[in-house]
Amino acid sequence: MRRAAGTASPSAAIEDPVRFIDERTSSAALLRRALRYLFPDHWSFLLGEIALYAFIVLIATGTYLALFFDPSLAKTVYHGPYAPLHGAQMSEAYRSVVEISFSYKAGLLIRQTHHWAADVFVAAIVIHLMRIFFTGAFRKPRELTWLIGLLLLFTSLLEGYLGYSLVDDLLSGMGLAIGYSVLVSLPLVGGPLGLLLFGAPFPGKALFESRMYIAHVFLIPALLAALIGIHLALVAARHHTQFRRDRRHTERRIVGLPLFPAQVPRSLALMFAVAAVLFLLGGLVQINPIWQWGPYEPWIGTNGAQPDWYLGWLIGALRLMPSFDVVIGHYTVVPNPFWGGAAFPLLVLLVLAVFPWVERRLSGDRSAHNLLDRPRDAPNRTAFGVAFLGWVFLIFVFGAADRVYVLFGVNYETLLNVFRIAIWVLPLVAFVIVRALCRELQQSDRIDLERARAEDEAERAEQELRARAQPIA
Amino acid sequence: MSAWRWLVGVLVLVAGRLLRRRRAAEGPPDRGAHAEADVASGVPSGREASAVAPGPQSRSAELVVALLLLLAGLAAAGFVVSYALFSVASLSNELLGGCIALALAFIALALAVFAHRLVPVEELEGDYPGTDADRQREVVEIIEHGGRLITRRRMLVGAGSVAGGALGLAALTPALSLGPLWYTAPLFRAPWRRGTRLVDEAGTPMTAASVEEGTFYTAFPEGADREEIGSPVVVVRVPPSQLRLPAQRAGWAPFGILAYSKICTHAGCAVALYRKPTFRVLEPEPALVCPCHYSTFNPATGGTVIFGPAGRPLPQLPLMADSSGYLRAAGNFSGPVGPSWWGVRLGKAT
Repeated sequence: MRRAAGTASPSAAIEDPVRFIDERTSSAALLRRALRYLFPDHWSFLLGEIALYAFIVLIATGTYLALFFDPSLAKTVYHGPYAPLHGAQMSEAYRSVVEISFSYKAGLLIRQTHHWAADVFVAAIVIHLMRIFFTGAFRKPRELTWLIGLLLLFTSLLEGYLGYSLVDDLLSGMGLAIGYSVLVSLPLVGGPLGLLLFGAPFPGKALFESRMYIAHVFLIPALLAALIGIHLALVAARHHTQFRRDRRHTERRIVGLPLFPAQVPRSLALMFAVAAVLFLLGGLVQINPIWQWGPYEPWIGTNGAQPDWYLGWLIGALRLMPSFDVVIGHYTVVPNPFWGGAAFPLLVLLVLAVFPWVERRLSGDRSAHNLLDRPRDAPNRTAFGVAFLGWVFLIFVFGAADRVYVLFGVNYETLLNVFRIAIWVLPLVAFVIVRALCRELQQSDRIDLERARAEDEAERAEQELRARAQPIA
Repeated sequence: MSAWRWLVGVLVLVAGRLLRRRRAAEGPPDRGAHAEADVASGVPSGREASAVAPGPQSRSAELVVALLLLLAGLAAAGFVVSYALFSVASLSNELLGGCIALALAFIALALAVFAHRLVPVEELEGDYPGTDADRQREVVEIIEHGGRLITRRRMLVGAGSVAGGALGLAALTPALSLGPLWYTAPLFRAPWRRGTRLVDEAGTPMTAASVEEGTFYTAFPEGADREEIGSPVVVVRVPPSQLRLPAQRAGWAPFGILAYSKICTHAGCAVALYRKPTFRVLEPEPALVCPCHYSTFNPATGGTVIFGPAGRPLPQLPLMADSSGYLRAAGNFSGPVGPSWWGVRLGKAT
């Protein structure tokens, strides 16, 4: 940038505020370190940031929606601009969401963007989790970051579920019925706990709507924000992991772009790009058209009800379970929904949570790691990850088996029987194949290295020979 | 309207790329290696060494960034204008979303160009933070030092636990007002009594004659709260010859008319599908199907589960027809209604 001669040094304008701040907070050393905090450069490190920026969009759009949403189950009759619902009996909650969609400018845009942002938020977390898993970034000293991340994922599942349950349209009511059933199916405490939270047997007291509302707009977002803060603080405390691109990247030395000036505009660009995509989706791609489902009543059900994608694995598990309750005589001990709706997700959480420690014990590697593995570098971990996540994914896919029937005419009962076997067999096959593949890749790496070394040696020998030959000639 | 903006955006990008390529072909500028000594940080481990020289100054990139920001401003203005110009009914969601997304996208592009061309992109090296055994020991010593006056630790910890536990319990106690605690009687409740008339969705009492085969009806107890989970029943009619109800339910189905709770015993959804036998080889009997997880119940055999994950049959409502032909309940359900819980006993709807 060229400056006209005669203007004062540009640093004066920066010097004064910096001095002001440091003299009052003595934070210059901290600032200095923060500005030079290093970000190793790899595209996959941006996945977590996408989740963070989707969260920001969620907070912004959600706050706007809260200005119009009425969390009340009081009955009213619809007289708004959407003709097909004219005269329909519905709750104030549902009416207010239909109003947001049709009676306020930009209301539908914000509502759809909010919904899309929730879907992208969870998706980004899941892909980020896979990146962390398959590169071994969860290893010491980052186990706590991993655990907080898992808590974040499961908390955001609950947050998303409450979000679309608030609307009191037909789909949200059916979702709540299933959630209630899973809750009361918990051994021993389920029934009393369900009554305590809902205030009465399903659909519960009208007050339950307010309870969900305060959880969705305050309690859980505050928890998410706190967890995100801790997650980022833990990342910063140990710095980012890095791939070994060349000799400079070691377990002790980090190579990357400083926060300022290099990383800030990059990250901000990503933030605006994420927001742009979410608003584009909110503007162009319809999501959860609640006015089509109509208001919820416990005696109404519809076929083709699909939850948001991130609950598909639970639907799949609920549908795959064979028909049985665990009973002793006539006494029901464990009702069926417990397995698919509670035990299954808790098992997945548990396996992922203890994985860092299990791997340490099995591999005997107890040292701290700042360098990432490539998936092939840890064949057992990669194979287990593919098998385990593949198991979850197959169950997720089965959650859409009824859609497969509608779209392709494949008999549902056949699919059910096939999947009941496939979810156990395919992961095992995947484990064996992936592990062999990783070992092959490692082997070929070794051969390449060997060849490079041999060629190097040969060349050096040739040069030596030539050098020796020259003086004679 | 937004198409030409896209066009301009793409053109600007192409121009920027061409300029950058030409510059790259001209060879690297003589900007000398740039090394930075970390003296000011006061952190001995924070040594940094610059690996990549900062890029060249680029006036064309500045122009591109400025243009992109102007376009962002234009798109954002488009949002405001379309908000102001159109009425609620005629304002298109696509236009609004497109404008704001375009504005955000242009800013993202401007920042991307800015990041790549207008700030020094230096790859630096630094040390990973380590652990400090000396400091760890000091922390332990300080904490131990703080407790050196205490002689009966266990007593104090015990008393503290009592206070903390009781206070915690007291803090949680108000939460018990949310609903009944450890009292599951409401879960068994269903509003049907002997003699309650069945009414349809319009509130009209149902007669036995109005119930036809091959379809299904939703009915409610006359005068009761319909939203209660124990209220809605599904009514179907099958030829009496096909009935295979358990012996103690003889007489529950006058003229082959059966009523079952409409709430699935698996996960509480409404059993909203009825499969009448069309092809008897595959579907020998009528079936009530829940659309959530496809639990399927056989009305002819007392609501037994024939497919899907449900763990117990649909509760059956005993029916009778009075002298004027109206359908009435002959008692309460054969079992508790809705999803199961620990201790849901067969045969006790209240």
